[in-house]
Amino acid sequence: MSAVDTGRSRTALIYNPRIRGFVYQALLCAAIAFLAWGAISNAIDNLARAKIASGFGFWHNTAGFDISQTLIEYSTTSTYGRAFWVGLLNTLLVAGLGIVLATVLGFIIGIARLSTNWLVARLAGVYVELIRNLPLLLQLLFWYNAVLKVLPEVRDSFLVPGGGLLNNRGLFLPQPVFHERFLAVAAALAVAIVLAVAYRVFAKRRQMRTGQPAPVLIVAAAMVIGLPLAALIVTGFPVDFTYPERGRFNVRGGIEVLPEFMALLFGLVIYTAAFIAEVVRAGIQAVAKGQAEAAYSLGLRPGPTLRLVVMPQAMRVIVPPLTSQYLNLTKNSSLAVAIGYPDLVQIFTGTVLNQTGQAIEVVVITMAVYLTISLVTSLLMNLYNRRVSLAER
Amino acid sequence: MSDTATITDARLSFVRDRPFDPLPPPLVHSGAIGWLLQNLFSSFTNILLTVSCVAMVVWLLPPLIEFLIFDAVWDGSSRADCIVTPQRPAVGACWAFVIERLGFFTYGFYPIEERWRVDVFFVLLAFGIGWMTWLDAPRRGLGMIYFFAVMPVLSFFLLVGLPAIGLQAVSTAQWGGVLVTIVVSAVGIVVSLPLGVLLALGRRSKMPVVRMSSVIFIEVVRGVPLITVLFMASVMLPLFVPESLTPDKLLRALVGVALFAAAYMAEVVRAGLQAIPRGQYEAAMAVGLSYWQAMRLIVLPQALKVTLPNIVNTFIGLFKDTTLVFIVGIFDFLKTIEAARGDVNWATPVTSVTGYAFAAMFYFVFCYAMSRYARYVEHRLRAGDRR
Repeated sequence: MSAVDTGRSRTALIYNPRIRGFVYQALLCAAIAFLAWGAISNAIDNLARAKIASGFGFWHNTAGFDISQTLIEYSTTSTYGRAFWVGLLNTLLVAGLGIVLATVLGFIIGIARLSTNWLVARLAGVYVELIRNLPLLLQLLFWYNAVLKVLPEVRDSFLVPGGGLLNNRGLFLPQPVFHERFLAVAAALAVAIVLAVAYRVFAKRRQMRTGQPAPVLIVAAAMVIGLPLAALIVTGFPVDFTYPERGRFNVRGGIEVLPEFMALLFGLVIYTAAFIAEVVRAGIQAVAKGQAEAAYSLGLRPGPTLRLVVMPQAMRVIVPPLTSQYLNLTKNSSLAVAIGYPDLVQIFTGTVLNQTGQAIEVVVITMAVYLTISLVTSLLMNLYNRRVSLAER
Repeated sequence: MSDTATITDARLSFVRDRPFDPLPPPLVHSGAIGWLLQNLFSSFTNILLTVSCVAMVVWLLPPLIEFLIFDAVWDGSSRADCIVTPQRPAVGACWAFVIERLGFFTYGFYPIEERWRVDVFFVLLAFGIGWMTWLDAPRRGLGMIYFFAVMPVLSFFLLVGLPAIGLQAVSTAQWGGVLVTIVVSAVGIVVSLPLGVLLALGRRSKMPVVRMSSVIFIEVVRGVPLITVLFMASVMLPLFVPESLTPDKLLRALVGVALFAAAYMAEVVRAGLQAIPRGQYEAAMAVGLSYWQAMRLIVLPQALKVTLPNIVNTFIGLFKDTTLVFIVGIFDFLKTIEAARGDVNWATPVTSVTGYAFAAMFYFVFCYAMSRYARYVEHRLRAGDRR
């Protein structure tokens, strides 16, 4: 480079993109630092004025409030930390169940939307359009206030077949009480599952080698149902049920399913299923028509065509948006706070925040939990996605 | 040739010289019956499905229509008109309740003599939305300035009040109902689109600090539920500003909603930016445009056009999500329904369902209209590609 060039570039220093980049970034850093500093100093002032403690010391203090649904042991003398775990487990319970049920319902409706049966396709379309265009909160309030809360009082409960009760206090199911000999049944179930998996592997290998298919589903079902049943009969049904009993105002015994839980689960499943149905429909439509036609011309019936030819290819398109639907469901479960189901947000950002006043710590912890759930779910689904997309070259 | 002709003429006169008229297609393949057979009764499974679907429709639809229309109570002034009496054994939806409370549902506690200001705001907004969504409208650039700059300022003074020109101040605590729902969604739209564009550009920037801050903001906000963002805005924000500047409740929720929507908008815009071929950027650089000129004149107009259906779909999500401000104690439309449904004067077994049905219709009409619009735009864009 000649001296003239260096001279020119020095005069045009502010037009040098590298220098400009540095200046912009320095300015942005300064702005962020200034905002953060302002926020922190204000927060320190405000907290000191309101005499609110800071730090995570409250974690070990006694909570002193009760929670209507606890999966782990909890009482009013437990700590805030314990309450946090109760809330987190309740969130995971409703999200996990919701994901499974929404997937099943969503796939059924998504496939129904593409049915050759005009009426089935239309009804599925109406379902999707109706549910997707109504806010989830409205649907939750509807299920809770307009459906479950207007069920009859305890003494006029609906009888659920099998000895359950359904009333405005929730759903009460018989609770099984297992005797010691029941271990044999559990062991039989475990053995059956192992055998079924082994049989599936064997059948697949044999089909790969010889081309002969084997009735995996029927054999596996026979094993998984048959072995435990045999064990039950041999050990003489070592299980009793305590049935819920109607009192005047309350129900004693049995497993209690809160109406808040049912409303949240219904709402989440029905809402998310509509979105999953759209994802499934888009995925199936992304598979070239020739694939299904080729399968038909080989003599496959519509069911196996969908199962063996179309779906495996559609899954590659379906999995990424399906993941984000799962995450949405998990995040939407925080709407529990509106109908009073004791999930993480209701317990922690609601009651604990009100009692301790430590807004920053509580909100940061809650956000961190949801972020972790999001990251872990994406990670798992990415792993699965890698597996289904392997066949692509 | 002439040989054959003579044969035909003379001896084979019984041979037809023109083809038969075609028979009509068999009934099982054409017309209404064919359609039914093909679409509803083609196989045993299909017949089963059809019958169960028909059963379901027959089971659900007539009671629903009866409840919403034929058994409904259209006028009345209190619960007495909507409860079951011996003269009226079946009571459907209590529309009288909705009609009486319509003002409350629309304006909340906004002073009655000032309600015209809200109406003017609705007109201003509708005008702006019309200008923006009508793709062949004249002077759309001007419309953009109106929508993102003029209208927000006008509406702000109109709704909050400006005593200097005779508009008395109305505290946001008095706002409610549809007004709040529309204000929250409009602010969400007006703020989140420009902010989302900036964030999307930031995420694609070559400057590491800019890129990292955009990525962290977008991913953190998208990873947490809106409720926690709203809680953050309503309980943490007041801690972060000097006590004298504590924003009011509605403003805090607006900040939360706008930031949340911006993160989602950023991802939608980024998808649009990725759809623009590199050559467009390079050509813009080659003719000597600066970065901002290139973005403003070449890249963004194309990117936003491609991604317009997705932007509208994000707005549908935003519009539905505005209901969540109810949880941090703001009187949006759904909250007014909740409040009115607990009113003793209207306490009947059908009040809740009526209120929810009305809310459902309101949200459905808006969301469905938006989704139809998104589909129309998508169709139009694809028509452009087909040429």
